[in-house]
Amino acid sequence: MCRLVAITSNEYLSPMEGVLALETMHEGHDGSGMGLILKNLGGEFSDFKNHPILSGICSNEGLRILDQFMWDAGFRIKYEWRPVLKPVSAIKKRDHYFAKVYEYPDEHINKSLQAKEDLLLKTRLALRAIGENNQSIIVFSFYPDVITIKEVGDPLQLSEFFGLTDSRLKSKIIFAQGRQNTNYDINLYACHPFFIQGFGSMTNGENTAFGPIKEYLMSRGVMGYAGYNSDSEVFAHILHFTMRQLGYPLQYYKDIITPLQASEMERRLENAVLTLLKASLRPLCIDGPNMVIGFTPDGTCFMVHDSKKLRPGVVGGTKGKMVLVSEECGLDSVVPDRDHSLDIFPMKYDMVIVSPGAEEVRVWNQLYGWTTTIN
Amino acid sequence: MSAIEPSIVLQREIRSEGIIPEPKLSRKIVNIIRQVTDIERYCNGCGTCTLVCPNEAIEPEYNPQHKFIFHKNTGGYPYRRGGRRNDPEPSTLDHLKFTRISMLTDPALDAGRHEFRIRTYLGRILPPEELPLKIENGKLEISRVAKRFMPPVREIYPVMIGSMSIGALSPNMWEGLAMGVTYLNEVEKMPVVMASGEGGMPPRLLKSRFIKYFILQIASGYFGWDEIIRAIPHMVDDPCAIEIKYGQGAKPGDGGLLMANKVLKLIAEIRGVPQGVDLPSPPTHQTKYSIEESVAKMIQSMSMAWGFRVPVFPKISATRTAKAVLNNLLRNPFAAALSIDGEDGGTGAAYNVSMDKMGHPIASNIRDCYLDLVRQGKQNELPLIAAGGIGKKGNVAANAAALFMLGASVVAIGKYVMQAAAGCFGDEMNRCNVCNLGKCPRGITTQDPKLYRRLDPDKVAERVVEVFKSIDVELRKIFAPLGRSTDLPIGMSDALCADNAAIAERLQIGYVC
Repeated sequence: MCRLVAITSNEYLSPMEGVLALETMHEGHDGSGMGLILKNLGGEFSDFKNHPILSGICSNEGLRILDQFMWDAGFRIKYEWRPVLKPVSAIKKRDHYFAKVYEYPDEHINKSLQAKEDLLLKTRLALRAIGENNQSIIVFSFYPDVITIKEVGDPLQLSEFFGLTDSRLKSKIIFAQGRQNTNYDINLYACHPFFIQGFGSMTNGENTAFGPIKEYLMSRGVMGYAGYNSDSEVFAHILHFTMRQLGYPLQYYKDIITPLQASEMERRLENAVLTLLKASLRPLCIDGPNMVIGFTPDGTCFMVHDSKKLRPGVVGGTKGKMVLVSEECGLDSVVPDRDHSLDIFPMKYDMVIVSPGAEEVRVWNQLYGWTTTIN
Repeated sequence: MSAIEPSIVLQREIRSEGIIPEPKLSRKIVNIIRQVTDIERYCNGCGTCTLVCPNEAIEPEYNPQHKFIFHKNTGGYPYRRGGRRNDPEPSTLDHLKFTRISMLTDPALDAGRHEFRIRTYLGRILPPEELPLKIENGKLEISRVAKRFMPPVREIYPVMIGSMSIGALSPNMWEGLAMGVTYLNEVEKMPVVMASGEGGMPPRLLKSRFIKYFILQIASGYFGWDEIIRAIPHMVDDPCAIEIKYGQGAKPGDGGLLMANKVLKLIAEIRGVPQGVDLPSPPTHQTKYSIEESVAKMIQSMSMAWGFRVPVFPKISATRTAKAVLNNLLRNPFAAALSIDGEDGGTGAAYNVSMDKMGHPIASNIRDCYLDLVRQGKQNELPLIAAGGIGKKGNVAANAAALFMLGASVVAIGKYVMQAAAGCFGDEMNRCNVCNLGKCPRGITTQDPKLYRRLDPDKVAERVVEVFKSIDVELRKIFAPLGRSTDLPIGMSDALCADNAAIAERLQIGYVC
């Protein structure tokens, strides 16, 4: 199984906090890879909050093609972060790991955020298409204030390889996952967390309804609903579809992926709405054992389970620093001195939502509504 | 059928009783049961004789060298019969198996103890972009400002009883089915529905609250619709749906046919016709000029009759042109579904050539239509109902599950219920198949009280309930190892493989051997 940890805080944290939490849960994963998303960046990225950051890996030839492509597209580089790589025998080094900060093309600088997001996504997909066959260009995210790092290998060794232990890289939100997928060949595009236009998610599970969900998403005509090297990628795209495309509030994500039975809906005042949603978005109903941790563009983080809660998950911490994690030992490693009685083990109807900066923690229960545990 | 009859024969016997052969001839007259050789009174192998013979002296034996088909056209009348296509080979559906088994990375579910939602929708589903919703205080609410037609949608059990008319079926059989369906809804809380077939329904049922478990069919003969229209003001609930029959899988291009010998008093009353006359429905609706105009009008007229509260959908024979129908219906916001009936469907009366040689298998037709919907992103908007040969070899739940995974939202069964609930003798080797003559030895497809009193409606109802409860268990036993329980696995073709490479390629699924 995958092991997941998400930390959301009102202070900038080192990504090592996430990696070390993965390490405490090491018995539960095979250490075959690591995926990191850092959001709300500090340190050297503090000055570039509104500039898009392209995260990826390139071969020498791929980097030349990428730079030329970005230049031709009108993106001008403002800053570049490169990890100070340290040789680790078990890690196979690739040519270039980078996070490049760009200035938008002139004609886009004054456009709406939505138009800018579409441009960034279109650019990332184009780069992916250029380099996908020979893996000369691998790009994970292209979005302001977000960096993604992914590689094959043990998370602790990878953090040493990337020099994260003494890096100045810091962020308020850390999403970390410690395994490569086992369903298919190892492919970095199949590695969690997944990201699209400000939305991200990672999953501990197996989505048995992947096929019909993938078909439905791909037939929406929405840019970016493609790839699907992992069955878990659809969770990020369902989130994006729910909030960005349809404009629904976050809690309806739960009602879409695990809709209530008709008899249960009668308890909700919004019975008529839920009935419509359930029928209309039926192909997005998930199945199988899944625990999903995600974030939205404003930095809200959440945890949600499949309709039977077949995978574990716990949320805990203190006001200002909350951790959403697949196993309690991971939580203990990040926030050992918390009030354990406030730990939340969300059940099948629950969705735990942590506000930006971990200022408030609320539980949305499909049957009973909101409960605030920390504010 | 009068294929056997009592007779008297003169038997010649030669006996010798001493040590030296001294043959003596004697003759005696004995009573026997004789099989006739008249082609009009052939033994159809139904086997009723074995049920009544007190000393088990007689039974039918199939003759694989028979030349029946060469001769069954005396008077220039081609062979007509009831039943199903005479093809004993397994259907495409029986070549499919479920190969995505949850193992270790995702634990299989417990078919006995986990919750399963085996339900589906019948009705036009609006895409999310068209839902009349607004956000108010962080919550979604129905927008009263957006005056949008909300299509009626029913949540039903995904296996239904397909159209078999009260007329084609005996009163006892139809009543048994109706009681079984009602029990399933009222007591077992399984929303199984049943389609009426052409020919109306008993007025008392039309005016009862149980009408919501029935789909009323209107076909090209419009039989029974005078009574239905008259009953509308007195209805206390709406029917589940209205099915407009344009075609039937067993006899594509033919209209319905109820032969004169089945048009007795009860049927004549319900249908509003004289007794003892053939009731042929035309092959097409006489008002039908084009699908854009007339079919749309018919769907809208039927919708209007019930205040747009009842889903209305057409039923067609499976055909290579099904996608054209599908795409036209997609553009009609009042079309609630498309029902496609494959060549392995059954019928009460048809020409043998129509049954054996006309039509299209259901599996590839449904798959083509579903993939066409996927290409347009409308796979959740217009439910596909699949019928024709489900459970042909007894694997009713497996066949139904395979059709869901190929893209069907609902499957309809007919012959399977007749066999499982009433012991129909028919098979794909032309056994019995006299549904058209009103002489059904089981009392299923006859209007002759002497025959249909053999069938106890209570027993039929009991069997219907048992059949659906066992289908439900088997569906869980299929879905649980696939890790599916939250919703019906419509279009989950990644779980499906064929043991035949050509079938796999045609259906765009995996091949296993």
